Amino acid sequence: MKWSQLLTIVVAAAIVSVTVQSCKNGGSATAFAGDDAAKAVYVQPGKHDEFYLFTSGGFSGHVGVYGLPSGRLFRVIPVFSVDAERGYGFTEETKPMLQTSYGFIPWDDAHHPELSMTDGKPDGRWLFINANNTPRIARIDLRTFRTAEIIEIPNSGGNHSSPFCTENTEYVVAGTRFSVPPGGQDVPIASYKEHFKGMLSFVRVEPTSGKMELAFQIQAPPFDWDLSHSGKGPSREWSFFSCYNSEQATTLLEVNASQKDKDFILAVNWKKAEEYAKQGKGKRMKATYYTNRYDESTHTATSTVNNEVTVLDPKDCPGMMYLMPCPKSPHGVDIDPTGEYIVGGGKLATVIPVYSFSKMQRAIADNAFEGEIAGIPVIKYEACIAGEVQKPGLGPLHTEFDGKGYAYTSMFISSEIVKWKLGTWEVVDRVPTYYSIGHLCIPGGDSKQPWGKYVIALNKITKDRYLPTGPELTQSAQLYSIEGDKMRLLLDFPTVGEPHYAQACPAELLEKNVVRTFKLDENKHPYAVKAEKETRVERKGNQVHIYMTMIRSHFMPDNIEGIKVGDEVYFHVTNLEQDWDIPHGFAVLGAQNAEMLIMPGETQTLKWVPTRAGVYPFYCTDFCSALHQEMQGYVRVSASSSSVPISYGSGTK
Amino acid sequence: MKSMVWFVAIAVTLIVGGCSTKSEDAHESAKAATVSEVGVGPIQRVELGALDVALAKKGAVIFEQKCSACHKLDSRYVGPALQGVTQRRKPEWIMNMILNPAEMLEKDPTAKELLATYLTPMTFQNVSHDQARALLEYFRQVDGAVH
Repeated sequence: MKWSQLLTIVVAAAIVSVTVQSCKNGGSATAFAGDDAAKAVYVQPGKHDEFYLFTSGGFSGHVGVYGLPSGRLFRVIPVFSVDAERGYGFTEETKPMLQTSYGFIPWDDAHHPELSMTDGKPDGRWLFINANNTPRIARIDLRTFRTAEIIEIPNSGGNHSSPFCTENTEYVVAGTRFSVPPGGQDVPIASYKEHFKGMLSFVRVEPTSGKMELAFQIQAPPFDWDLSHSGKGPSREWSFFSCYNSEQATTLLEVNASQKDKDFILAVNWKKAEEYAKQGKGKRMKATYYTNRYDESTHTATSTVNNEVTVLDPKDCPGMMYLMPCPKSPHGVDIDPTGEYIVGGGKLATVIPVYSFSKMQRAIADNAFEGEIAGIPVIKYEACIAGEVQKPGLGPLHTEFDGKGYAYTSMFISSEIVKWKLGTWEVVDRVPTYYSIGHLCIPGGDSKQPWGKYVIALNKITKDRYLPTGPELTQSAQLYSIEGDKMRLLLDFPTVGEPHYAQACPAELLEKNVVRTFKLDENKHPYAVKAEKETRVERKGNQVHIYMTMIRSHFMPDNIEGIKVGDEVYFHVTNLEQDWDIPHGFAVLGAQNAEMLIMPGETQTLKWVPTRAGVYPFYCTDFCSALHQEMQGYVRVSASSSSVPISYGSGTK
Repeated sequence: MKSMVWFVAIAVTLIVGGCSTKSEDAHESAKAATVSEVGVGPIQRVELGALDVALAKKGAVIFEQKCSACHKLDSRYVGPALQGVTQRRKPEWIMNMILNPAEMLEKDPTAKELLATYLTPMTFQNVSHDQARALLEYFRQVDGAVH
């Protein structure tokens, strides 16, 4: 058989098998854009995607970085969970990042990535994300795609309505989903209504450095503060929080927190709150919480312990906040690009309520209130509602916007995205998702300037969409085109961790700022060595500090003797490379922590406590050159009683 | 089926055709590089005067920081021994190799040969133009230049 015939048969077989495969998955035919879809998502080898997509890793605690429209995964950024692949949370330099008032916490549940904004538009500087379990907010530097800072939120339990930022990133917020007794009081659970508070925290972001500090907390009633968004344009001085469990149940919430027809959306005038805090209206309360910052010049994180927080009580701060009744156990609260409409995701409701900011302002001026809860006026529903989207589907959760007058709401129970028109509230299109969509994302879709080209469905269930992998299946997202009147499914793509929420922005916003190497000249790590001549091994009692360098393809020193059982050995390793994409790895036999990946110009430290005598190899883990296999060395460990002196060097002599 | 065979045959022809064009390009640039002994990069011409001892001293410090992890003067290390380099190569070539190693390794025949011998690619170490000039002066001093 000639090779060309053989090739033809192979090609034909491939086509047949693809056809058979797509017949099997025929269920998606209604939404799928068909042959055009391949063209719409295909990015040629070597070409770049148009958008960055940042997905939360959900219970993985990481952030995933993808390209759109291809859905290709570029990077997993460790944030709240340790990452043995890079040494994050294992190296001496990164351990402080995960310190909290509860000690070192190696895992969390990360839900909502939030791009920093200038004038209500993503500015590509930072990405914030919340930790739900042990309440924290992290800031990722989008020049390095690394976690730069983590601040702990005190008096909080379940930091879910977080970290949505204000129009110019003046604040990121942190509303507690699980109300708790502030100050860690030991009280009966039955005293919930009396002792528990639903703390809403406002974290100030320093405009140039991005450094976060807890400016003040607002003591709200003990409802479950679920989600949030801040206003923009006319509503820019306001933040909005949704809640469920206004019933104030502590048990079987599934039933007990679904009793009332309406819960609330809370509108907080943060500008006014800021003034009240400045005027000293707040109480100073004892609270222990950590701020952990990574310093790029010392390549080291440090933890600061804070001891106090300012708490504002709405009773003492008139005009600071108002409740708007919202049907029923609302989830998302989303503001349209003009800043006028506030959309509630009434999870168990049959309508999507849309509030008008200007009507709300008039209602406040006219005292159109139906009562008061814990010093917070409750505005009459009719006085602040702009309209309701009728029969949108089942289980409306979240809404994003395309900037062309349309809103897109995710429907968890009926597993679809529903497109509707702002102002007329009519549903104009709907498309199924596979399966059970939670959040959805349009690039810039919660900002003043959406790039309304795609909507991404972030699904909770994958079921039969991919090859099966045992009881646990991949998590997944779906990409839809929203350029035409009809939404069209283009692509399914698997994600790392649960893609809880995601934000996207044009690649050009970030690409130009990306750091390629750390300048060796600017490395201020106390254990850095910048030339091989400076490498050394120093003993201080039972601590041994190894000042080591790495470059293609050797370590210096690479033969070390005089370590004893019982010593704490610190490998301080500096990567001398100054070229992009030349990290080196470091691993040593018997290390009980992890490897380290060290970027060009960077210094990182691995602590190693050998427990028995012997000769231990170490080596480079990240393939670096043709002589990568040769990038290795030995450490000799002798009995604790031995008198082998410290000696070191390279094998050249 | 028959038309498919033709399709494949045409596609193959096109691919093969594409390849030959590319290799001609490569050949062209290789030829261009051979004519020049200054290498490929930002340095077209270096005026050498009497040895600038102060500059050579600066160069020695930079050599320690940025080069010594891979180069020794008197013996092979990761890369070649650098004693005698100013006699082997033009000053322009030396500076281009320091400032523009990636392109040199792709296009300059001498640099390509060196890679084949030493296998680890010469890397850019964030050296400025002035620093590269100082390094050149240091190499001249090592090689005994006076003027």
